[in-house]
Amino acid sequence: MSLHFSSTRAYTLPINVARYLLVLFALISFSLPTHAIGDLGKAGDLLMSNSFDDKSKALQLLASENHPDTQEVLALLGEGQLYYHKKDKQLFIIKDYDTGAEALGFDGVVRTIDKKRDFKKVTLNNSLRGEITQIKAEVELHSANPETREVAIRDLMKDLSPSTIALLKTRFTQEPNAGVKSLIGTALAVNDLKSDDAAVVSQAIERVDGSLEQEVRAALLTIVNNNPSEDLKQQAQKVINGIDNKVEYYGWLETLYFGLSLGSVLVLAGIGLAITFGVMGVINMAHGELIMIGAYTTYVIQQLMPNHIGMSVIVAIPAAFIVSGLVGIAIERGVIRFLYGRPLETLLATFGISLILQQAVRSIFSPLNRSVETPEWMSGLIQINPVFALTESRLYIILFCLIVFFVLSLVLKKTPLGLQVRAVSQNRAMAQAMGVRSNRVDALTFGLGSGVAGVAGVALSQLTNVGPNLGQAYIIDSFMVVVFGGVGNLWGTLVAGLSLGVANKVLEPWAGAVLAKILVLVFIILFIQKRPRGLFPQRGRAAEG
Amino acid sequence: MRLLTVLQNDRGGQIVLSLVLALAIIVPILNLMVPETSAFHVPTYTVTLLGKYLTLALLAVAVDLVWGYLGILTLGHGAFFALGGYAMGMYLMRQIGDRGVYGNPELPDFMVFLDWQELPWFWFGFDQFWFAAIMIALVPGLLAFVFGWLAFRSRVSGVYLSIITQALTYALMLAFYRNEMGFGGNNGLTDFKDLLGFSLQEDTTRIALFIASAVALILGYLVCRFLMNSRLGRVCVAIRDSESRARFMGYRVENVKLWVFIVSAILAGIAGALYVPQVGIINPNEFSPLNSIEVVVWVAVGGRATLFGAIVGALLINYAKTYLTAELPEIWLFALGGIFVLVTLLLPKGVVGLLARKEAQA
Repeated sequence: MSLHFSSTRAYTLPINVARYLLVLFALISFSLPTHAIGDLGKAGDLLMSNSFDDKSKALQLLASENHPDTQEVLALLGEGQLYYHKKDKQLFIIKDYDTGAEALGFDGVVRTIDKKRDFKKVTLNNSLRGEITQIKAEVELHSANPETREVAIRDLMKDLSPSTIALLKTRFTQEPNAGVKSLIGTALAVNDLKSDDAAVVSQAIERVDGSLEQEVRAALLTIVNNNPSEDLKQQAQKVINGIDNKVEYYGWLETLYFGLSLGSVLVLAGIGLAITFGVMGVINMAHGELIMIGAYTTYVIQQLMPNHIGMSVIVAIPAAFIVSGLVGIAIERGVIRFLYGRPLETLLATFGISLILQQAVRSIFSPLNRSVETPEWMSGLIQINPVFALTESRLYIILFCLIVFFVLSLVLKKTPLGLQVRAVSQNRAMAQAMGVRSNRVDALTFGLGSGVAGVAGVALSQLTNVGPNLGQAYIIDSFMVVVFGGVGNLWGTLVAGLSLGVANKVLEPWAGAVLAKILVLVFIILFIQKRPRGLFPQRGRAAEG
Repeated sequence: MRLLTVLQNDRGGQIVLSLVLALAIIVPILNLMVPETSAFHVPTYTVTLLGKYLTLALLAVAVDLVWGYLGILTLGHGAFFALGGYAMGMYLMRQIGDRGVYGNPELPDFMVFLDWQELPWFWFGFDQFWFAAIMIALVPGLLAFVFGWLAFRSRVSGVYLSIITQALTYALMLAFYRNEMGFGGNNGLTDFKDLLGFSLQEDTTRIALFIASAVALILGYLVCRFLMNSRLGRVCVAIRDSESRARFMGYRVENVKLWVFIVSAILAGIAGALYVPQVGIINPNEFSPLNSIEVVVWVAVGGRATLFGAIVGALLINYAKTYLTAELPEIWLFALGGIFVLVTLLLPKGVVGLLARKEAQA
């Protein structure tokens, strides 16, 4: 299309001919690798052989000759894109054999495929694939990046041969990084575990004590099962027990981490409710929909700035706060203020509002779920050790929850608004007598609680689908958190949310996700019977009523 | 006839019940006697639809009993309704016998599909109608007893109680969605063939079910009216208006609440049992919190603490729902939400209260 366009222009404006050629050239060179791979020599001939032994020799040759393109050839082999012409005995790269019409020669010449049958794939078997990983790992072992080196060592550890051991031994003396060095040590010890010499094995067992690498445990298990010496068996078993304990310990840590992140979501969803329900005694069934509005705000903002996904989430936080807060104030001024002192009617009216908001969103954004992208800086993994890794998105949710919690606590404790809010919640009549404009405080409190719900929506948009039913899914959970924690108590909400999250995740592997949720619900229903005012009840006369 | 004396001072009840009775007599005649070509002919589809409305009206009466007279805003009555429905559904499933898709004489289709070898213990007895009939009342009653005994004794009240009733039905919904529960998972129980030997596809069976629903509604109403006319009813109102004061007078508040709650749950269960054969399916969606809260709005629209208002509200809103979800599906939730807001703000006594006020002015 573009080519055609520029060629017509080249006719009318001869000066553009050069540009046209440049474009053409750029287009062609773009579709090719940056340089031709060139002749692989004897290794190339061996690769075209039918015998897997010959191919193996070719791989060894490539590795030992240190050919500059070894990595690339290996990658092509691994992906199955390396072919050769049966008659010409030349190697070609074919990206897509089934539909492709072009083969790229190693000398950089593109050849049109006339007869597909002339080209034959350089096939691999499992042992060759193993060799390829091995060779790749050996090259990566000398990479400048310590993390790449660690990955390479782990790859090598899976299949230790005398040559790799020699390689690791030399690397061991050169390795500057202490962590990588100890990993090499572990790899060497794993090799020693397979030795026939009891003394060497015993010493190796001591060296691997406490290591969480998979290969270590596997090697130790072989000793327990196969080694003739009882002493060694016992020694190995002891180390295995130690490793298993550690793995179990990290398993628990992981459950705790998942639980805390789920709990943070619950706290975020519930904390806005804790303000409106706790401080104002108002049941806001539309709370879930305010969360949903926050999530949709995130979606809209991402649509507005599609090139800055990373920033959009940051921008969405204040935006969602304002949008949901304003909707909340509108609800309070429009409906709830006529219903103070009639909590059951408030419940029904706000439920009606929640239905209206749901349908409104459905009409505006369609009933389908909208996907909100997760920015790159949130989607990483922090590998603490081989069996324990923290997903960064969960970590951010926990941090975000804590930040929101402490900011809210500060607002309620340290600002004039907070003072008035607390005064009204403790004794409305007395606060009015002292000159607090309780109407205004009600509206602002409701706006604050709703705004926080919107902020929770931003967080939720990163975890689940954004759809019209988002709010309904969280409303019961948020009520449970508030009721469990005790009304009018932010700390109660925090403790309740986190502990419910952890309880859910602890029960999950044992009972399954749905049953775990049911058990937690039943537990709360029973708990309310025992302590109707929650974990941390408000004390004093204000609490009665 | 002594039964009808409970209606002596209940003009609204007299009117509404007469209308229901008239409906129960006229509709079958119009369906069976009038030829299909006539303009007065009522198609069987409408008969079943009306029957469905009547069972929902009975559910609304049950909710009004506890909300209107006892002040317990229950957001979980759908749970009792659905449990009654499931008990009936289990009986109907067992009636299918070997006529299912898999033709297994012992196991319902979904169990064959899940590769179950034998009937779970809680399905035993449901091949007998009398057993199912007992369960229709017993299971909701038992759940209400356990739940109420725990909740009322520890004096959970007001919005807390509303929220845990909602949690109750939510938890049950999640539970019934599980295939492992043995109630058909999210497909629920369906594909029913016949009831007491009569095919559910027959017009006469459908008319019989419609009449049964009308009779159940009238009897349920009379029971509630009788209870509320009695001393117990006055104690209920006292508890609703000032719980502490009633307790200080020496009434066992928790016992009164508990028994009325159980009666209400049983009525809801019966309503559910009549509902299921008419709609032909029962699935966990009936447990969803939205369904339960919708019932509350029927009562609010009709008028709280009147009992007959609940019937009026249930019929009005359900007719509107059938009409709107078919004609203007976009509008339905707006309308329902708007009704919630407007009724609580402007019509605290519901439609019935509005009519009564008009009459007093005239």
